[in-house]
Amino acid sequence: MLKTFPKGGIHPPENKLTSAKSIKKMPVPKMVYVPISQHIGIPSEIIVNVKDKVEIGQVIAKSGGFVSSNVHSPVAGVVTKLDKIIDTSGYKKQCIVIRTDAKNESNFEEIDYPLKKDITMEPKDILQRINDYGIVGLGGATFPSHVKLSVKEGTVLDHLIINGVECEPYLTADHRLMLEKAEEILVGIKILMHALHIDKAIIGIENNKKDAIDIFKKLTVNDSGIKVAALQVKYPQGGEKQLVRAILNREVPKNGLPLDVGVIVHNVGTIFAIYQAIQHNKPLIERVVTVTGKKLENASNYWVKIGTPISDLVNEVGGLPEGTRKIVNGGPMMGKAIKNLDVPVTKGTSGILVISEDEASRGEPKNCIRCGECVEVCPMGLEPHLLMNLSEKGMYEKAGSEDIMTCIECGSCSYVCPSHRPLLDYIRFGKTIVKKLNTVKN
Amino acid sequence: MSTQPIIVSASPHVHSDRTSKKLMYDVIIALSPAFLVSIYVFGLGALIVTSVAIASCVLFEYLIQKYLLKTAVTITDGSALLTGILLAFNLPSNLPIWMVIVGGLVAIGVAKLSFGGLGFNIFNPALVGRVFLLVSFPVQMTMWPTAIENNTNVVDAVTGATSLGVIKEGLQYGDTMTEISSRIPSAIDMLFGFTGGSLGEMSALALLLGGLYLIFRKVISWHIPVMVLMTMAVMTGVFWALDPEHYANPIIHILSGGAILGAFYMATDLVTSPMTKKGMIIFAIGIGIITVVIRLFGAYPEGVSFAILIMNAFVPLINKYFKPRRFGSKIKAKIV
Ligand code: SF4
Ligand code: SF4
Repeated sequence: MLKTFPKGGIHPPENKLTSAKSIKKMPVPKMVYVPISQHIGIPSEIIVNVKDKVEIGQVIAKSGGFVSSNVHSPVAGVVTKLDKIIDTSGYKKQCIVIRTDAKNESNFEEIDYPLKKDITMEPKDILQRINDYGIVGLGGATFPSHVKLSVKEGTVLDHLIINGVECEPYLTADHRLMLEKAEEILVGIKILMHALHIDKAIIGIENNKKDAIDIFKKLTVNDSGIKVAALQVKYPQGGEKQLVRAILNREVPKNGLPLDVGVIVHNVGTIFAIYQAIQHNKPLIERVVTVTGKKLENASNYWVKIGTPISDLVNEVGGLPEGTRKIVNGGPMMGKAIKNLDVPVTKGTSGILVISEDEASRGEPKNCIRCGECVEVCPMGLEPHLLMNLSEKGMYEKAGSEDIMTCIECGSCSYVCPSHRPLLDYIRFGKTIVKKLNTVKN
Repeated sequence: MSTQPIIVSASPHVHSDRTSKKLMYDVIIALSPAFLVSIYVFGLGALIVTSVAIASCVLFEYLIQKYLLKTAVTITDGSALLTGILLAFNLPSNLPIWMVIVGGLVAIGVAKLSFGGLGFNIFNPALVGRVFLLVSFPVQMTMWPTAIENNTNVVDAVTGATSLGVIKEGLQYGDTMTEISSRIPSAIDMLFGFTGGSLGEMSALALLLGGLYLIFRKVISWHIPVMVLMTMAVMTGVFWALDPEHYANPIIHILSGGAILGAFYMATDLVTSPMTKKGMIIFAIGIGIITVVIRLFGAYPEGVSFAILIMNAFVPLINKYFKPRRFGSKIKAKIV
């Protein structure tokens, strides 16, 4: 039996339309729009001015604190504006607008460096560089990686888990990266093992990516430290807590972190970014993005510079098809719907999903028929129907004591509800209020 | 670029294709083999009672919602239709038409809409209708056309009591099970449905077939039906083993009366059963125990309906005390 997490989960249609499409390089955009807050935490501080010339990879916004991250220029060019534009969150955010210098060759250089296996850097320097080079969690959470890696003295830490699950339907960015950069990813894993002084790492991959499992198995036969865990296909296995439970049978305590059970989890994309930062001196200025949708002509995977407008991506795949009703930044389960195509790709953009009429609208919400389906599928053991009810009625204290804050917003409950109830919408709303109440209390 | 506006809604952006309506229709499909058997065995009577029960449930829902409550009419969701079928399945096929209509009114008006409609009712509407009729018209509700093998013209046939009725009466007169067993149909006849009883409860085989379909389609889980029947089998088995002359064997108990109909179709009603698997098991064991206690020691020969209604009342409590285990609420594995 393949491993998986025991409680809850769903099997939405996978729709991995682009898993056989190798990652292409997106043409260098004419303009990039680089938000200074692409990570969870304190926004960075802009350190360039309008009309400044910037080099590719130069820091343009400095980390604003410990839980923050540097932002680097994805192109060589000229800063034309410091402006507020709507980003993928839907809010207006401070942004550095740079016009690409079409004559500067560094913009067009190949990123395909030869594999470099020897790790020469000291652990302390590795962590510092991860901090300096703006690396954040590329799985979607965009949590600054150096924070995750800052392990307090005396903490028991024995496993590094690499998240290659990619359980969101449609997305194939991590899958392609694993197929095309497996050796680099392995070096990245060794870098982190070296930096954290641990000797066990496990790569978790769902069984719908057998080719990736095979590659890593083959590459690690003689490696006693790195193992591959083939997992059952089940959403949301890419959630950290579910993944740790699936692979190591350890349960992260309520309100706790994987570190509490001796584990650090990193996404494969993040590992690759770390590899490039350490071995090739490259800050995080581009990432793999799956541009997909059932009606798109040339759905595929792309290397995209951070700050590239989504309209560039859509044009590259043949434009928005007739009848497009929704554009999602990310996958269909947890991605955010965006209003227009001016929004730029950020460090957290794993995919752009274009949804047409037939899939875009939701059914009309009906009475809860108390079928318990939402309870059955919730991977956190919550009662979504109850939490929605409590949020709706404004009973936030009770919602808090029913563990509303532990909801990981995976959307499984809304997905299955036969009465089309907007469970997660209400739970999210309830969470924001409970969070405020909790901060007031403390 | 399309001319229609772009929708900006919160995730998730996809939905499974299950809807409550589809669930209702799946149950209706599952009930159809038993319905066909019942027409074969009871003839026209079964058809008439079922049609009247459906029509009155749907019509009362329409009239009450439209003119009394002035709320949205929900008759297209399939739930009133299903209540009608389940009500009919729990009635004798020769029940006077007007009683069927009263049953429909009680089921929809009292048990469902007065609680706030679909999803808010505590008790299974069809069962409330049935029990109301049973208490009000005990004579008509407990006389059944006796089904005679291969006789499709049973509307005018003699009426009699069900197997459970015969057993209860016999035991009260001091007969032994050996004597009684010649007066009740064989287990094989019970399995196929050539036995007296409510319109839809007699063919164990047809009901099981539909029940398996529901489990296969994941409309219901196995927990409730299996645990109800298992509890009944174990309990009646113990009594039977201790004193086989005064207690019917478990096979008779499972195959007769409303055990299978109740376990697969009435107790599993989504609205009135618990949310979690743990809760379902407690609920089902409760139904099994109460049914057997009524059958063996109560005034009525059959107790499934009462047992389900009694356990329905405990569902809110069960939901409160048998919550799913919260992830991370106790640490399962220590670092090794
Ligand atoms: S309540 Fe939260 S964690 Fe549970 S299924 Fe719904 S979104 Fe996922
Ligand atoms: S899945 Fe929907 S209908 Fe079923 S219990 Fe949850 S909220 Fe109610």
